[in-house]
Amino acid sequence: MAVLEVKNLSCAFGGLMAVSDLSFEVEKNEILGIIGPNGAGKTTVFNLITGFYLPIKGSIIFNGKNLVGMKPYQITKLGIARTFQNPRLFKKLTVLENVMIAMHKVYEASLFDALFSNRKYIQQESIQRDKAEEYLYFFGLYKRKDEIAENLPYGEQRKLEIARAMATNPSLLLLDEPAAGMNLNESLELVNLIATIREKFNLTILIIEHHMEVVMNICERIIVLDFGMKIAEGKPEEVKNNPRVIEAYLGKEVKGVIH
Amino acid sequence: MRRNLLTLTILILILFLSVLSKNLDPYIYQILVFFGINSILAVSLNLINGFTGQFSIGHAGFMAAGGYFSAALSVYQGEKLLNILSFLPKDLAQGAIFLVFLILGGLFSAILGLIIGIPTLRLKGDYLAIATLGFGEIIRVAILNLDVVGGPRGFPGIPKLTDITWVTFWAFIAVVVIYRIINSSHGRAIISIREDETASESMGINTTYYKVLAFSIGAFFAGIAGGLFAHYLMMLHPSSFTFMRSVEILLMIVLGGLGSITGSIFGAFILTVLPEALRGFAHLRLIIYSLTLIIMMLVRPSGLIGNREISFYRIFKFLRRKGIN
Amino acid sequence: MVDILQQIINGISLGSIYALIALGYTMVYGILRLINFAHGDIFMVGAFIGYFALGSWNLPFALGLVIAMIGASVVGMIIERFAYRPLRTAPRISLLITAIGVSFLLENLMVLIVGASPRSFPQSIPVDIYNIGGLILTNRQIIILLISILLMILLQFIVMRTKIGKAMRAVSQDKEMALMLGINIDSVIAFTFALGSALAAAGGVLVGLYFNKIEPYMGVMPGLKAFVAAVLGGIGIIPGAMLGGFILGIAEILVSAFISSTVRDAVAFIILIIILLVRPSGLLGKYMREKV
Repeated sequence: MAVLEVKNLSCAFGGLMAVSDLSFEVEKNEILGIIGPNGAGKTTVFNLITGFYLPIKGSIIFNGKNLVGMKPYQITKLGIARTFQNPRLFKKLTVLENVMIAMHKVYEASLFDALFSNRKYIQQESIQRDKAEEYLYFFGLYKRKDEIAENLPYGEQRKLEIARAMATNPSLLLLDEPAAGMNLNESLELVNLIATIREKFNLTILIIEHHMEVVMNICERIIVLDFGMKIAEGKPEEVKNNPRVIEAYLGKEVKGVIH
Repeated sequence: MRRNLLTLTILILILFLSVLSKNLDPYIYQILVFFGINSILAVSLNLINGFTGQFSIGHAGFMAAGGYFSAALSVYQGEKLLNILSFLPKDLAQGAIFLVFLILGGLFSAILGLIIGIPTLRLKGDYLAIATLGFGEIIRVAILNLDVVGGPRGFPGIPKLTDITWVTFWAFIAVVVIYRIINSSHGRAIISIREDETASESMGINTTYYKVLAFSIGAFFAGIAGGLFAHYLMMLHPSSFTFMRSVEILLMIVLGGLGSITGSIFGAFILTVLPEALRGFAHLRLIIYSLTLIIMMLVRPSGLIGNREISFYRIFKFLRRKGIN
Repeated sequence: MVDILQQIINGISLGSIYALIALGYTMVYGILRLINFAHGDIFMVGAFIGYFALGSWNLPFALGLVIAMIGASVVGMIIERFAYRPLRTAPRISLLITAIGVSFLLENLMVLIVGASPRSFPQSIPVDIYNIGGLILTNRQIIILLISILLMILLQFIVMRTKIGKAMRAVSQDKEMALMLGINIDSVIAFTFALGSALAAAGGVLVGLYFNKIEPYMGVMPGLKAFVAAVLGGIGIIPGAMLGGFILGIAEILVSAFISSTVRDAVAFIILIIILLVRPSGLLGKYMREKV
């Protein structure tokens, strides 16, 4: 069953087609990779799905609902979470606060409960804190919970971003180059982490990635974008040998990238 | 808890002052009243600028709106209501009416904040700043053209109802309300907008709602401060609410440190007392004042306190560390 | 009809002064992303330098104008050097507060020097009134318009054709790239302040001539309104500032003539808010999408 159906999606910036007539489906529990050269429109696809950009044409159906025209926060509430190409943490806040903010949508105490500091407020605060700590524990960041986010090493910042996205309790997770800036060891660790969260949280994952070892390792299916258009789709091995893909990646160089 | 202890102590201290106020030098008394009103203005603007990160320089407009509204109620409806409530002791009736009028003034400002906030808060940074500046000026020009409140001649005859107890009470309310909002998930949502609006939205936070909410709450307290101001001076004039007034409030929070409630109060204190302290310098006073500002920004751009809070716990820890070394 | 035309002529005179001030705002914003709140006070300083040059030393008008422009440029560069340059990497709000501090400082220094009461400006050019088919036109209005247009052409020439102008444009587009190309950013910024201040000073002298009254706080409102003009035309865009200035001047005069003169001060801000909500990049600005 398709969780997400993208149909004939097009988006333009000042006459330039960033995404044109793109269609694809994401099956439940699948990990789908999106690859393509720089500027192929990959991140734009994420921005369209999460409501930051408005398409000029097409539809995005998530669990039967069309997301086009919805605000980003509404889309998050429906169960889609994302990370960003460059981590966008709440830099000056603590690690714990970063995760607590992601759980705001299930916070039940109203503004008035908070003003009177009543029992409901106290209870909701402690629920949010405990839950956030659970997430941090799961992602191995519990020891860091009181540190300021921007003081974490880069790898842990990326991990915190994923933890924070998971704290919104999504059923579909969009990861935008999660392994960027990581060495081989760290990326392999990331591959494990992604596999684990899929099992534990029963997730569907859409991932943009340049590190081919990551893509080839965890993606069940890959779509390849070039100039905003889908030029190939299929299993990793199929895509790897597709001549159009090789051409898009500039001929020879690609053999170095896709091994 | 420890921070609550601080607010509590301040409260007791000022209440103590208000009991003593009968014997207080009238000049000191007046400075204390203005310090209290300025604290309300600073703390409420800090919710908008310091915590939500939305750069507003139109606070004087909201102060004017609330002040004129409650003053007009007092002038045109005060007597009538006092007659209706004649079965109550006069002081009690007067107090109740004043409380209601102040709150109505605050609500009027808050509604105005809502109406202005919804379209303007889409803007960011400098653009938002000048849009709020523009609205502040429009409010002032609107008052200039309103004959019922005296227009350019000013609005006299407002009963003197504000005293230091009222000011202290409202300053306390403003601090507690904003402190409690900030320390809830709603407050964290608000702060996350300051940190990164895009990320905040993708965490499922309705950023428009929270921006407008913070803006309206800020406007509410500015309106209350305006009401207190009106019923202390017994006369209002549009020239008290120019762009300069907004800048003055902005300076308080920047001086104290954006995003710190105690910092705002501290900044309000300095900017209330500094001009008075410089009175002896006659003409040089305003020059020293402006130089202080410039040097302050050059030397310590994050404000005197930064975005932390002063609390006994911190002072304690600091003293102990000093003691050990 | 004649009435409306007459008001438009008056509006153009006012508008050309707004345009002169707006140019400085727009250039500084284009380069530093700073709303230079002290710019309106530079305009005031220029008016006072002109006042002394024309009144005390009895210089001819053109010479007085040039001295005011040079004097204000020096003031502008001093402010940039000592108040703004040390804060170039500081948070934007610190810079903004500093600008406000500088604005206060200039106003109060002037009060200390000349006192707070208004002074009448030396009438070094006697008024001639022309009546053209019922339209009243003074030689001063013509002079204001001619000088403004001349200065704007000169500015456009400097920015588009000279080496320093090209450097200014490079710095406003990409500071790091300009640095790599070997452009001395400090001197480009100083030059921008000098240029903007000179134009504001010209505006100040012309206002003195036209309204015959100057005082230390005269820069506050025109400063704010000129900023509105800059936003209206598209901030950072030089022809935009001119266009915005003229539109604002005409709108203000028309409103005060046909609606109410007390609403006049609100016109600029109403225009500001409409433009910010409808087209935040200004009339001549290009729409920029925010990168997520």
